[in-house]
Amino acid sequence: MRFALDALTIFAVAAGAFFFLAGTVGLLRFPDALSRVHALTKADNLGLGLIVVGLLFQTEGLLAGLKLVAVWLLALLAGAAVTQLIARIAQAGGPRV
Amino acid sequence: MADFLLGAAGFVLAMVALGLVRTLHGPSTVDRIMAAQLLGTGGTAGLLLLAQEMNLPAAVDVALILALLAAFVSIALFTDAAQSDANRG
Repeated sequence: MRFALDALTIFAVAAGAFFFLAGTVGLLRFPDALSRVHALTKADNLGLGLIVVGLLFQTEGLLAGLKLVAVWLLALLAGAAVTQLIARIAQAGGPRV
Repeated sequence: MADFLLGAAGFVLAMVALGLVRTLHGPSTVDRIMAAQLLGTGGTAGLLLLAQEMNLPAAVDVALILALLAAFVSIALFTDAAQSDANRG
């Protein structure tokens, strides 16, 4: 059982780290501000989310797990709000419609 | 197991450092806000990994506060950018 949890953790944390890589590379390489926001949110939500899921397998108590989920939800909420604001400013820069 | 978590934390923080390059080259303030947001999220992830690896529950609280403050940083930068747009617009 212990091994299964460790394997799941390694898999989830590796996937989360991969999304951080993808998001950062996207942030650096994408030409346009709006496409960079798209890459940023991938790193934010998926990267952090998968890492938290991976860590949930390792936590002993229920309280510790709930605290991890609380951190994730807060980051999710903050990320969503901030991304909307960033997109509004990027769009205001020059309407490409 | 612990070494893997340490390696993952190092990797995530290296990605965040790479992302900060966007702050240097970022043509517009929007890119700098994005890099600050990535720093907040990456820092939180790194802290969570370190908290688990070093069996330090206090670090989870630090990550919670960092996630909260990162949101305020981005909002503050956004307000400043919106202000300057309004003046210039």
